[in-house]
Amino acid sequence: MGEVIKVGMADLKVCKYPDSLTTLGLGSCVGVALYDKATKVTGLAHIMLPDSTAIKNNSNIAKFADTGIDETIRLMVAMGATKGRIVAKIAGGANMFHSGLSSASSTLKVGENNVAACKKKLAELRIPIIAEDTGLDYGRTVVIRSEDGVFTIKSIGKPLKEI
Amino acid sequence: MTRIDLDNMDSVQFDVLKELGNIGAGNATTALAKLINAKIDMKVPKVELLGFSDIAKVMGSEETVMVGILLMLEGDVNGMMMFLLEVESARNLVGKLMGIETNSDDEGKEFDSIQLSALNEIGNIITGAYLSALSDLTRLKIISSVPSLQIDMAAAILSIPAIEFSKIGDKVLLIETRFDDETAIDGYFILIPELESYDVILNSLGV
Repeated sequence: MGEVIKVGMADLKVCKYPDSLTTLGLGSCVGVALYDKATKVTGLAHIMLPDSTAIKNNSNIAKFADTGIDETIRLMVAMGATKGRIVAKIAGGANMFHSGLSSASSTLKVGENNVAACKKKLAELRIPIIAEDTGLDYGRTVVIRSEDGVFTIKSIGKPLKEI
Repeated sequence: MTRIDLDNMDSVQFDVLKELGNIGAGNATTALAKLINAKIDMKVPKVELLGFSDIAKVMGSEETVMVGILLMLEGDVNGMMMFLLEVESARNLVGKLMGIETNSDDEGKEFDSIQLSALNEIGNIITGAYLSALSDLTRLKIISSVPSLQIDMAAAILSIPAIEFSKIGDKVLLIETRFDDETAIDGYFILIPELESYDVILNSLGV
């Protein structure tokens, strides 16, 4: 068994076999897991916001769907992965709260927007999304295993999911 | 205009925000004590600037199951406020309110709909008390939404305020107040004004 490396909020990491990557309690953020089967090079990004160009203070590239996914792939390729072989699995982007105030809707819909932005970015890069568990209204802890690329999702009061 | 910069807050701004937390939470604690007819101690509030990876740790760990009650704020102050309770504390609180003993067998059991609506009502009353104290003090109009309740992992619940802060930087400003009584009710209030609203609040108090 390898090490399980923790990826924080607005953070990204890459690893090789036999290690795994995890991020705990994804709410409206999205966990983008990237995997190259041949080299077992694995990446995980914890995305908080859809678009770096919409934000003035955008120096933390791991925070945004566009720059975060680019950077994860760059690091994976540097570790030996081939970009054309990388596939994606995504989870998170929940709508954690519902509110009656109209002004609240954009704040609370951020989960949906994050998922859409991740999908758009992955499509641009021609990286297929082979599995996803997104939306709804609950948190998720995820682990991506470098051994076989299995993405496990744990939620409160729900059975463990493997996608 | 005091343009507040979260990375360079001076001690006066810090103290004012702490005092706001103190008064708001003091009023809320009183309301809660009345509601369950018990004495509740309030801890001195903390104002902290935390990195994203540290906010969930304040509540224990990222995966600690918490009850989160979120209200969106409008009016002179925009933003949100959150009231967080550990699940065990929520169970105690509901038990006290409804006059039933909770025992350890209930651990892990879900709340039924009556307990959930009791929790929602508790959230309503104490966040209302918090905000009205704030509004009285600053003479600002604060309109709050109907509270929305969620039971989930701390990190997932806190992702909403964290994302709000992530639009302006890489830190979260928490005005946090803990309270507890002899039968373990641990809870936290978190006030999360939008950046512009800090200026409004500080200005209203002459800072």
